[in-house]
Amino acid sequence: MGVSNTDSDKTQEEEQQDLPKVVLFRPPPAFSLIGEESFASNKFQFLKTYDSQLPLDQYLPTHSHSIKAILSSAGAPVNADILQLLPEVGLVVTTSAGLNHVDIPECRRRGIKIANAGHVYSDDVADLAVGLLIDVLRKVSASDRYVRQGLWADKGNYPHGSKLGGKRTGIVGLGNIGYEVAKRLEAFGCAVSYNSRKKKPYVSYPFYHNVCELAANCDALIICCGLSDETRHMINKPVLSALGKEGFIVNIGRGDIIDEKEMVSCLMRGEIAGAGLDVFENEPNVRKEFFAMDNVVLSPHRAVFTPESLKDLSQLVVGNLEAFLSNKPLLSEYVDNK
Amino acid sequence: MLTSSEQLEKRFTLYKFHSIPDKAHFLNSNKASIRAVVGNASAGADAQLIHQLPNLEIVSSFSVGLDKIDLAKCKERGIRVTNTPDVLTDDVADLAIGLMLAVLRRLCQSDRYVRSGQWKKGDFKLTTKFTGKSVGIIGLGRIGLAIAKRAEAFRCPISYHARTEKSDVNYKYYPSVVELAANCQILVVACALTEETRHIINREVINALGPKGVLINIGRGPHVDEPELVSALVQGRLGGAGLDVFQDEPNVPEELFGLENVVLLPHVGSGTMETRKEMADLVIGNLEAHFLNRPLLTPVL
Repeated sequence: MGVSNTDSDKTQEEEQQDLPKVVLFRPPPAFSLIGEESFASNKFQFLKTYDSQLPLDQYLPTHSHSIKAILSSAGAPVNADILQLLPEVGLVVTTSAGLNHVDIPECRRRGIKIANAGHVYSDDVADLAVGLLIDVLRKVSASDRYVRQGLWADKGNYPHGSKLGGKRTGIVGLGNIGYEVAKRLEAFGCAVSYNSRKKKPYVSYPFYHNVCELAANCDALIICCGLSDETRHMINKPVLSALGKEGFIVNIGRGDIIDEKEMVSCLMRGEIAGAGLDVFENEPNVRKEFFAMDNVVLSPHRAVFTPESLKDLSQLVVGNLEAFLSNKPLLSEYVDNK
Repeated sequence: MLTSSEQLEKRFTLYKFHSIPDKAHFLNSNKASIRAVVGNASAGADAQLIHQLPNLEIVSSFSVGLDKIDLAKCKERGIRVTNTPDVLTDDVADLAIGLMLAVLRRLCQSDRYVRSGQWKKGDFKLTTKFTGKSVGIIGLGRIGLAIAKRAEAFRCPISYHARTEKSDVNYKYYPSVVELAANCQILVVACALTEETRHIINREVINALGPKGVLINIGRGPHVDEPELVSALVQGRLGGAGLDVFQDEPNVPEELFGLENVVLLPHVGSGTMETRKEMADLVIGNLEAHFLNRPLLTPVL
């Protein structure tokens, strides 16, 4: 290399040390699924508290001067106690679309920005919702099981399914994911209506003020909303009754949105026709009553887990952090839109 | 609600040929009185049967496919032929997309994963995104077009091969199936089964589709060289397959049963209560029209 002043010459490692820090309290699932290298940047360095034995209130103060951002995922809450120990933090980035684990009012109070996964997952989640709906209506997984057991030759044809075209589908929560589901279902000739916190001015789908009314006017409910105090057990006995014995339900939101015990009961008594579920109340422990049912399709909470989405996520996370550190607008800033 | 058989029995003298043990004897005794044959995807009216029924006037098929009917012979004899187009287009197209999603996102496999308790031991693995994958369609008739329309909603670029290029569509045309297979990620068989399209999916096409490619067959089993397909899947030369039809239904090659990258369905393309009723109505409607000397509803010949 050229002439240099050895006193101010730094090793690569030392230069790394000078970088602003992004703290993590647990490794996000994406780290192991597509590799941590996808999240690397020469603009920041990760500081992993989970690599240390020290409790947070001892570990963080030593580093807090250089910690400018938090990379968070579900299971590692960002609350007042944590933020108290990190006075220099100006940004919380999550790898999830949901923000249940982040104390949003506390962040606002401290002037901390929030960036979530934006729309990187929407296609995959919408695809899974449609896949589960077709599967439960047309008995795809059930009849695949039937064939693999050699029963087609032994016992004859599998019972008929139910046609998707012309079905009235009700989207619960017309956010980005719900909207992507709606667009896809329209191509199959489904009628789409929805319930959401507020009517959306930019769509022409019929809006229902409450979920029960939506269920009464649908053949299939697709749960696409987030979990909150308002939505916990929102799909309860009256809603399931309104949906009725020819009605289907697909859940790609959160297990707790449905009163699962009641749903199992309805399924067992034939009070609803079937269900496609990617989420459950007590994952990964799925109620064993489901296992005996041919009219449910079970999926292990993996709607977002494709290499394509995770790659997009890693680019979004890095992009948000780099933008923040160079005072540029965030790529996917979360803004309250109540 | 009456079944199709019951409805036929109300209006006509119905013989269920498939359940007759001594078919030759039956035909000998009854051939003069048989004026109509109702066929389906498994059995229709081949040259031999037509020859044995001197007073056959009409073959009404409970299917849109005509591969089980000797059309040339029917034309020669002046026998009318009807099928069930349009009413099953949506269901078959829906299932094609359902198969694509099931294969790429491993719906059946992950359902097994949960039911067997494996989720408690660890997360399911990554699966491949469907949105945006390129879809190549063989045969751009009613069903092919319906598949294209649905796939477009998932932003899938569409390309196709057909006997002739269509001037009124915006999709990319490939003059050969091999070229189509080489240029798409998901290849769907949606054409009629004829002498020309038998084994249209052969080793060359399968190799062109490749280890990341997925084959979807909602046409007929004989569209595919089945032993070639099986060995390609077992060896990993083909990425996956969603199959609703097989060479020798209801027999499915057992080598496929242990594979996680295939979905195997018992020929349910039009298998919904709604559509089967509409198909039955068409079969009966065509027969009644014929015997009342009225125009046939959905004639092929």
